[in-house]
Amino acid sequence: MELQIEDSVLVKKYINGEEKALEVLINRHNQKILSFIYSKVLNRDVAEDIFQDTFIKVIKTLKRGSYSEEGKFLPWVMRIAHNLIIDHFRKNKRMPKFEGSEDFNIFSVIKDEKLNVEKQIIKDQIDSDLSLLIEELPDDQREVLIMRIYKDMSFKEIAENTGVSINTALGRMRYALINLRKVVQRNNIVLTN
Amino acid sequence: MEEIYSEEPRTCRIAKARPETISFLMAFSRSYQVADYDNLTFERFLN
Repeated sequence: MELQIEDSVLVKKYINGEEKALEVLINRHNQKILSFIYSKVLNRDVAEDIFQDTFIKVIKTLKRGSYSEEGKFLPWVMRIAHNLIIDHFRKNKRMPKFEGSEDFNIFSVIKDEKLNVEKQIIKDQIDSDLSLLIEELPDDQREVLIMRIYKDMSFKEIAENTGVSINTALGRMRYALINLRKVVQRNNIVLTN
Repeated sequence: MEEIYSEEPRTCRIAKARPETISFLMAFSRSYQVADYDNLTFERFLN
């Protein structure tokens, strides 16, 4: 019959500098501790991290001489693991982590608003075409359209700058757009990205 | 009444921590030292 050295004896040996004793303790309780952690976090990598952090605490406590012999080794380690699991969930609550799955992909909700290279080239082409079309408008309409669209001026400001009434500025803008549409339709120009 | 059984029971499929984790812990343990000096406790890591 094989005799098993008690945990408390191995703990004493480890405190006295026998590193091998720790390996025996870890291997002896490996399955119980990891299964306990995994049953709570349900993620193998997280469970492994918490297992590692648990034993780092164990090592530090034992080497500092702060371990109390009152309790048993395994329940003490389980308590440390339990506290680290709570810390893990608290941290995740403050900083929720979203992971994709087969049913849900986080990138369907958040995406980079920047255009890709192809769409950017198309947009540049449209902007260029549009500026050529604007050049074809009568001077008064072109002036109002540029102030409104490119300079983002209000119709009141446009009226003041061009020396006409607001209604005239509105009318010129309206005709500028109508004429642009006519040119686009006449020449079968596609101005969509 | 219909009995419901989940297709994948919530049982732990992994048995043990990876050998690399154990190796890391043993290496950490060997390098981690605590020294007391003048009522102060210092932690140090030996290479």
